[in-house]
Amino acid sequence: MFRLSRIVAVVAAAVLAGCNSGPDPAQRQAAVEAFATVQKVFQHPRCQNCHIPGDQPLQFDQGLPHAMGVARGPTGHGAEGLPCSTCHGEANAPDSYGPHAPPGAPHWALPPPQQRMVTLGLSPPELCRMIQDRNENGGRDFAALLKHVSEDKLVLWGWNPGGTRAPVSVPHAEFVAKFRTWADAGGPCPTG
Amino acid sequence: MVSLTINGKTQQFDVPDDMPLLWVIRDMAGLTGTKFGCGMAQCGACTVHVDGAPLRACVMPVSAVAGKSVTTIEGLSADASHPVQRAWAELDVVQCGYCQSGQIMSAAALLKAKPEPSDADIDAALSGNLCRCGTYQRIRAAVHRAAELAKG
Amino acid sequence: MKTAAGTSRRNFLKTTALGAGGLVVAFFVPGANRLAQAAPAAADAAAPFAPNAFLRIAPDDTITVLLAHSEMGQGIWTSLPLLLAEELDADWSRIRVEHAPAAPDYFAVGMPMQFTGGSMSTWTEFERYRRAGATARALLVQAAARRFGVKAADCRCENGTVIAGDKRARYGELAADAAKLTPPKTVTLKDAKDWNLIGKPHKRLDSPEKLDGRAKFGMDVQFEGLLTAVVARAPVFGGTVASFDASAARRVPGVRDVVQVPSGIAVVADHFWAAKLGRDALKIEWNLGPNASLDSERLHGDFLKTATDAGLPASVAGDATAALVKAATRIEADYAVPYLAHAPMEPLNCTVKIDKDHCEVWTGTQFQTMDQAATARITGLKPEQVTIHTMFLGGGFGRRATPTSDFVTEAVEVAKAAGKPVKTVWTREDDIRGGYYRPAFVHRVAVGLDAAGKPVAWQHRIVGQSILGNSPFKMMVRNGIDATSVEGVADSPYLKQIADHHVSLHSPELGIPVLWLRSVGHTHTGFVMESLIDELAKAAGQDPLAYRRTLLAEHKRHLGVLELAAERAGWGTPLPAGRARGLAVHESFGSFVAQVADVSIDNDAIRVHNVVCAIDCGIAVNPAGIVAQMESGIVFGLSAALFGRLDIVNGRVQQSNYHDYRVLRMNQMPKIEVHIVPSTDKPGGVGEAGVPPVAAAVANALFALTGKRQRELPLRATS
Repeated sequence: MFRLSRIVAVVAAAVLAGCNSGPDPAQRQAAVEAFATVQKVFQHPRCQNCHIPGDQPLQFDQGLPHAMGVARGPTGHGAEGLPCSTCHGEANAPDSYGPHAPPGAPHWALPPPQQRMVTLGLSPPELCRMIQDRNENGGRDFAALLKHVSEDKLVLWGWNPGGTRAPVSVPHAEFVAKFRTWADAGGPCPTG
Repeated sequence: MVSLTINGKTQQFDVPDDMPLLWVIRDMAGLTGTKFGCGMAQCGACTVHVDGAPLRACVMPVSAVAGKSVTTIEGLSADASHPVQRAWAELDVVQCGYCQSGQIMSAAALLKAKPEPSDADIDAALSGNLCRCGTYQRIRAAVHRAAELAKG
Repeated sequence: MKTAAGTSRRNFLKTTALGAGGLVVAFFVPGANRLAQAAPAAADAAAPFAPNAFLRIAPDDTITVLLAHSEMGQGIWTSLPLLLAEELDADWSRIRVEHAPAAPDYFAVGMPMQFTGGSMSTWTEFERYRRAGATARALLVQAAARRFGVKAADCRCENGTVIAGDKRARYGELAADAAKLTPPKTVTLKDAKDWNLIGKPHKRLDSPEKLDGRAKFGMDVQFEGLLTAVVARAPVFGGTVASFDASAARRVPGVRDVVQVPSGIAVVADHFWAAKLGRDALKIEWNLGPNASLDSERLHGDFLKTATDAGLPASVAGDATAALVKAATRIEADYAVPYLAHAPMEPLNCTVKIDKDHCEVWTGTQFQTMDQAATARITGLKPEQVTIHTMFLGGGFGRRATPTSDFVTEAVEVAKAAGKPVKTVWTREDDIRGGYYRPAFVHRVAVGLDAAGKPVAWQHRIVGQSILGNSPFKMMVRNGIDATSVEGVADSPYLKQIADHHVSLHSPELGIPVLWLRSVGHTHTGFVMESLIDELAKAAGQDPLAYRRTLLAEHKRHLGVLELAAERAGWGTPLPAGRARGLAVHESFGSFVAQVADVSIDNDAIRVHNVVCAIDCGIAVNPAGIVAQMESGIVFGLSAALFGRLDIVNGRVQQSNYHDYRVLRMNQMPKIEVHIVPSTDKPGGVGEAGVPPVAAAVANALFALTGKRQRELPLRATS
């Protein structure tokens, strides 16, 4: 048993490096459970509103089509002539601007059209596969993904969205821990 | 003190950091062509260019643009000769006129980014600018005309 | 204003020499003066002090036309000068325009007050501005004849020049001499066939200054020592301040004063932003009063209950009840429209400077005389001591025509309390939540058709607040009927030929301030009547166009625009799959407008692709302006039809800004095509007439598309 678990650990490490073999069932089970939290975050309106299949982002907690016909544009930074930065600054507007002023964070944008990182409407297995698909996720491996969800300022905005917007419902530290658990196990996906 | 260059003129303003750029432009610099319409980036009447890119001045703290170069409608051209202004005149776009500074600044930003915009490009770039008088059809035509004028 | 002050009304017309050697022509219509003298207190008090002039000719040939009405986008800055310049044979390129001061000489023709509304400016001024031009021309000709040593009859005028043989003199050269002459008692106006300017498209004269930020709106008034105020008003209509704590507000840098005024608490500061922050920092306890339980949803239910019984009669013929019983088919329908805000792009504002014996007011207003009287009342000055500077209006749509002068009155109170010149500025939220709404209405209608599908009985009950009833104009309510509540129904061409009809009105009194919104009663009656006619056509198994042709056979102008719009829109020709057309025709403000809309439903949203519009407004003074006003009215009407709705819960208006009080945007803009019916009839109004048909045209198109009849605005994308 001891040897076996050592072997599994080695294999798991290999998985993180991109090998196809899976983790042990317990770790896999824990990872799949952790993914439920990851999913909750990725499909929270704060994140999902811009991770959309089409070219018009959504807005508000209800995920309504962004007014003004806002478009993804050629790079994800909005239409030519109406970049996201026209209204969305580097930080949320001061409270004195009122609850409806547009929110802001560094590099406010949608994913680029070539790598849309769509989360909207995906089932858990689909979402799980999308997150680790480098053609979709900006060429990120697990380490890069972890760094992205841990440190990216636009991602972090989801926990401090300003105004009356609902922040992401899972604490950020918990989300990162769960993401790590899931990633450490090689990103196993739920079935069905 | 915040330093801003507005229409080429560098000025110091003794204002709070979080004062919206719009009110610095209007009430401190005395340039009233940039309009207040909604205060929350819904109508586009306050559109200016900052370092060449369009910006809704009503939701931008002045500290966020400190040291940058701001262009307002008064500075778009010296004599209303910008292709957008010429096209607007030619097609008799304005009605009450209150939104038009913002419309013109948005259209100028669009043409800079996309010199020959399609109707879809115009929809995408100008739907953030409201006009209660309903001049949209003329604005659309005038953007196309401005594109022609800009080509010379 | 720089015009010379007039002194007497002896002459039908008089001239005054300008210091600079120019010519000023003032023109009086005797009837207007009589009416002015019979005006209510508001107007009476505003009698003497006035420059009395419609135009000035300066030595440099510039001709300044003074506008008795306010430019708010509708284009009178161009159409009124056109009338004057036509008879003056002026050089159009030398025309300059100014808003006239508030003074009796600028009272609307036949009315005891100076105002802009009812789409009346161009047609009511059609004579007066032409006569002003013709009189000036006669004087210039007389002056030239003397100078040339020829008879006046041997002179002709062309492009700002008097010509006799090889002698020429420009108007500017003749102005000083002309000013010394006695004006003729009568002038002859040109035959329509001789018009050079009227009837030809002209670009707007206010365009250049609106393209580079020069144009001054009320919001743009600035001068040394001027402070800015933002006012905290009760969250519920009619609420009052119980107590307040301004200590935090006073600590905001830039705040100069906090003053209580009847409408609330004003924070007065060096600039808008400080005033706004100060306002936010106020702690106020309100006495909410009786309106704190108002609920628009419940009101809707109440209105429906009220409609169970007939109201006060507005138009009655025969016995509608009996005829309904006898009818072959009976159609019953309830229609409803919500409260609407005008939401002009320029938030309300007013600048006031009070001195010992004079007060100046700068604002974009449609109601100068009322505002002047209100200012005089508050300041204890005489109306002639109050100067109203009419600035460009950043949209009016009726909101700046307030019988209570609400935003002017408040600003005067603030300046008075502060003891300093103050510009009071409303935020967008203040504007959307500030009342003076188009009232909500319910219509309950029962129509009986004969065996051929023709309407033979019509019972129509309208329920909604009266605009005039609670205003200084309540004397205009006759026998309990506010005409603005029933216009478009009571005078409908369809009803005229129905022997048995009964239109009645309930005007519930509620605490929600209501006001005219562009096209007033026609905003809902156009929608209701033209939707109903479509319902009847359906019941009769007839094409909506063919059905209207039959019913409107005696109404040639309705029919004319209907046929023109239908033909240009290709009525009856196939459309791409998923699209359908609807049409509507409605008369308002003396003009006849038909529109054909074609629509689809895309992504759970109504998409209006095209609107083809035909208008018969009689003589088309400036066709370019008419086309623009039709485009404008259609967009305004579409905003209301697709989005416009205010909800009131616990007395509080729920919407606050353009994110939840939506209006049409560029990406929702249909292609609009406007056709003007050539006509020699007297001119009608065009500022509002484009609004009423469009909601019905879209609703009828949606019915054609989905088979579902929508009877409430805003329309929904239900397939």
